[in-house]
Amino acid sequence: MKEHLQQLLPRLVLAPSFALVLIFVYAFIIYTGYLSFTDSRLLPSYGWVGLENYEKLFKLRHWNIALKNLAIFGILYIIISTFLGLLLAILLDQKIRGEGFIRPIYLYPMALSFIVTGTAWKWFLDPGIGIEHSLHLWGWESFHFNWIKDRNFAIYTVVIAAVWQSSGFVMAMFLAALRGVDSEMIKAAQIDGASGFQIYRRIIIPLMRPVFLSAFVVLAHLAIKAYDLVIALTNAGPGNATQLPSTFMYSYTFTRNQMGIGASSAIIMMIMMFSIIIPYLYGELKTGDSK
Amino acid sequence: MSISSQNNISSGRLTRALIYSILILFVIYYLLPLYVMIINSLKPLDEVRDGNLMAFPKLWTIDPWRSAWSTAQIGVEASGLKPYFINSILMVVPATLLATMMGAINGYVLTKWRFRGDNIIFVLLLLSCFIPFQIVLIPAARVLGFLEVSGTIQGLILIHTVYGIGFATLFFRNYYAAFPTELIQAAQIDGAGFFQIFWRILMPSSMPITVVTIIWLFTNQWNDFLFGASFSGYGTTPMTVALNNLVNSTTGVKEYNVHFAGAILAALPTLFVYIMAGKYFVRGLMVGAVKG
Repeated sequence: MKEHLQQLLPRLVLAPSFALVLIFVYAFIIYTGYLSFTDSRLLPSYGWVGLENYEKLFKLRHWNIALKNLAIFGILYIIISTFLGLLLAILLDQKIRGEGFIRPIYLYPMALSFIVTGTAWKWFLDPGIGIEHSLHLWGWESFHFNWIKDRNFAIYTVVIAAVWQSSGFVMAMFLAALRGVDSEMIKAAQIDGASGFQIYRRIIIPLMRPVFLSAFVVLAHLAIKAYDLVIALTNAGPGNATQLPSTFMYSYTFTRNQMGIGASSAIIMMIMMFSIIIPYLYGELKTGDSK
Repeated sequence: MSISSQNNISSGRLTRALIYSILILFVIYYLLPLYVMIINSLKPLDEVRDGNLMAFPKLWTIDPWRSAWSTAQIGVEASGLKPYFINSILMVVPATLLATMMGAINGYVLTKWRFRGDNIIFVLLLLSCFIPFQIVLIPAARVLGFLEVSGTIQGLILIHTVYGIGFATLFFRNYYAAFPTELIQAAQIDGAGFFQIFWRILMPSSMPITVVTIIWLFTNQWNDFLFGASFSGYGTTPMTVALNNLVNSTTGVKEYNVHFAGAILAALPTLFVYIMAGKYFVRGLMVGAVKG
């Protein structure tokens, strides 16, 4: 009897977590998926409408703005953060005095809430009291920087704030990998007369491929999830200029009472996320098992 | 690995100077917003409005802090951020501890008591870390209503615990995977049971990963906005949502100095953790990034 119990125990212990996740994640996904095929408005309702919500969704101007913004924001955010992260990691890896002081400064924004970051940058970029005003007071009268108020440029201010928040983290990822590079290989290249620049370009950066991939996945994941930052920084405005799928979903579901369309937009977000995460996790788990 | 010692890109005096200049430039870039928040939270309002955002206060004052903490108008009440700060604590502390405990025991089972199908359970838990939360908002609101915990701290604790289990399990699983199984087997031969092995053998050496997990969950839950905005009610609103309400309130004058003080108040707990235990914070980020 005791033997039997010992065998059953592990499963029993795991059961609550498994049940919770099964309900709160997977059943919820199925439920949202179901709602996306119904005529739900203010409250869930179960009249089947087929793909109508999806057809409507992709005809909505707001949704297309949101997708376009996500593309602009996502691409710039990923490229700039990765470039800055790699650059700072390489520079910090040159036996820098005070590295222990500099590194935590690059990384601390990652500990902040996006609402805090958004608030700081909102006023910092505000033409009335922020950087533009300061430069005017310092005598540079012709300086203009009103992107945050400009429909055509507001999305780039989201990039600025988001890069500030997460580029230090990308730096930390690259730095950890740089510290793991095999020094024998570098020495051999040096004996062959390769310059420092060549060593980075030909040997070290190609070795960083897994880090580029991880950084891409982490940043893409953060970009799709980005919600709080936009709310705090621009509140999806001016107008709809910084609408993202995440803010679209929230406003259509909870303020515009178009729950069916909101649900369909959430499903699209999930498909975007999973098409990045699942292949990555699959690769990670496979290499993990073969070790 | 540094290749600087061997006469290459960073050898020349000029190159070194350039490297240091770039690094210092970025130190300024990362500190600037924090600097702006701090100095402007110590100025009277007219000095923020008419003066230079970058300049030191002419008249130092802590009134904006006092206002942000206890008298600023947030929503309909002039309560300051204090009650919301307390809400966040009441919500985050239990949720972090619960998810950490569940993650520890899950990690133990998934590495040391493996059974058929455990990998599928792990993958399902792992995948739950990466869903965009918009996908669960509608059903979660209904389930919280069904359980009669809508708008309560308990409801928020439940939500944060559930969506923390995946990461907590991942952290402990990766950590316990490297723990020598022989020790467990030896203990079993000596007659130790499932829980005894966990408490007596694994727990004593789990301190580092417990710290990493607690920091990770605490930071994520404290900084959460989406769940707070969706599921909190009157009297249970967390700090991030209250800060956003304070800053984006459309009535009255914009008290920038109070906003800055409020933003720092909202950042203090996680900044404190980062300063006290930065090493563990970074380790959590790394595990979160490199799953495996």
